[in-house]
Amino acid sequence: MNEFDAIPDHGLGWLEASGEFADIVLSTRVRIARNLQGHAFGVRARVNDREAVLRHFRSSVERSDSLRGGRLLEMPNVSDRTRRILHERRLVTRDLLGEEGSAPLNGTAVHFSAREPVSVMVNEEDHLRVQSLVSGLRLREAWRIVDRLDDDLGRELPFAYHHDFGFLTSCPTNVGTGMRASVFMHLPGLVLTKEIARALRGLGELGLTFRGLYGEGSEVVGNFFQVSNQVTLGRSEEDLVDGLDRAVRMVIQKELEARQRLLREARGVTEDRIWRAYGTLRYARSLGFEELMAFLSGVRLGMSLQLLPGLRVYSLNKIMIFTQPAHLEQAAGRDLAPEESDAHRASYVRRVLATEGDVSAADDPSHGENAPEKP
Amino acid sequence: MICEKCGATGAVVHLTQIVDNQISTYHLCERCAAEKGLESAPTAADFPLMDVIAQMAEASPPDTSVTGSECAFCGLTWRDFRKTGRLGCPHCWETFGGEITRLLRRIHGAARHAGKVYLPPDPSASEMEKRLDGLRLRLERAVQSEDFERAAELRDQIRSLEPA
Repeated sequence: MNEFDAIPDHGLGWLEASGEFADIVLSTRVRIARNLQGHAFGVRARVNDREAVLRHFRSSVERSDSLRGGRLLEMPNVSDRTRRILHERRLVTRDLLGEEGSAPLNGTAVHFSAREPVSVMVNEEDHLRVQSLVSGLRLREAWRIVDRLDDDLGRELPFAYHHDFGFLTSCPTNVGTGMRASVFMHLPGLVLTKEIARALRGLGELGLTFRGLYGEGSEVVGNFFQVSNQVTLGRSEEDLVDGLDRAVRMVIQKELEARQRLLREARGVTEDRIWRAYGTLRYARSLGFEELMAFLSGVRLGMSLQLLPGLRVYSLNKIMIFTQPAHLEQAAGRDLAPEESDAHRASYVRRVLATEGDVSAADDPSHGENAPEKP
Repeated sequence: MICEKCGATGAVVHLTQIVDNQISTYHLCERCAAEKGLESAPTAADFPLMDVIAQMAEASPPDTSVTGSECAFCGLTWRDFRKTGRLGCPHCWETFGGEITRLLRRIHGAARHAGKVYLPPDPSASEMEKRLDGLRLRLERAVQSEDFERAAELRDQIRSLEPA
């Protein structure tokens, strides 16, 4: 049985590259943290707290219009590989997987809505984490989806709420709105022109922060950055979402300018790097994941600059997800040793590039330095 | 990847430079990068919550009536909180209220919620009124920011809650 069949788009709708600026902004995520009255949370939650929270949540699902008909996966009941796939698809956090080498905690679960790209993690650091993950830059839309589900849940469940502090959370950095909105961006132009540090400092001054691919504590890989609001208290959700939206649009503008500067001042080397990255991905027989991400960044830049016509954002997004270890194991139908994993990864990338991206139109020596228009 | 300069330690700084139309990339360990006068490349900017908590303790004497107490519901002490940066239950927020308020001002620059007003199941009349006030405020903001789809939704919500 495949647990993913009951999840809309298998939880991969955000790969479709449909939102605004989808080549630069891979995805938008909005999440809120909610806790129930009368139960300890996070590190203080005992097994009976967690089980009671899951029970309450389960019964609210039956009564809520927006949750009924969805799919609830209890983490201890799904296979280790499925759990890792959920994590690699960014549908559950590392926390929900449990301690390295041991089973996830009883009561931890994730629920997927049947109709909208929204899920609820149960018994993470907070009792409930509602998140919406969508493609491209769509902050308001993602917030609205989460907001509606929050209203539905709040009608059924007694949330821990304080008239001064707002929604109470385990960590004081989340209290108030409990909302963290984040935008996952590809910023090679700013990195190559060394303007990235300044851009990130600017974000800091606006009360925003940045992280790597998998959220808190993870490193920046392949020029991918996750920009999110730092402040959760003292401002309304709409205000925070709109503030982030404005800042992200500013960063996109700077990124586009940086890319033009690269073409103007270093076209030869930029093109060479892009084609080398493409060539490596197209023909390599072994690829580590970080190495892949670095080359993928070059190819993605080439596609955005229309130097590699024929490639689609969707194909590149897909490569990022399906070349992670648990996904490769799922495809192979068995566990893979790291070096085997690297070979499977390279083979997957070759296949996608061979079938989904014909760049031959640009690969004509007689074209010299000028890239042809996208057909 | 090993540092290109010393060849001993793992490279953590990956520098890409464009000089005279030439792009070159260096992979260096933290120490060699520092010797070259390079700032460490941006990795994850973790929120320095623990630093803030530590600074607070140094900056001004904490309220001992708060820091000496223990949450009656979950048993968390202020010392536990200082170790993990995590509270244990909704009651902790009341128990450590004074110190928490100081901490919130440092983290968020504010200590008062300005977002959604929550309406519990089976609300009292005053809770209902607070919720309506909150929704009206959000409606006003939605109209101001020309988010009309949102405004329409909020208007419907207000209508459904208003006494007939």
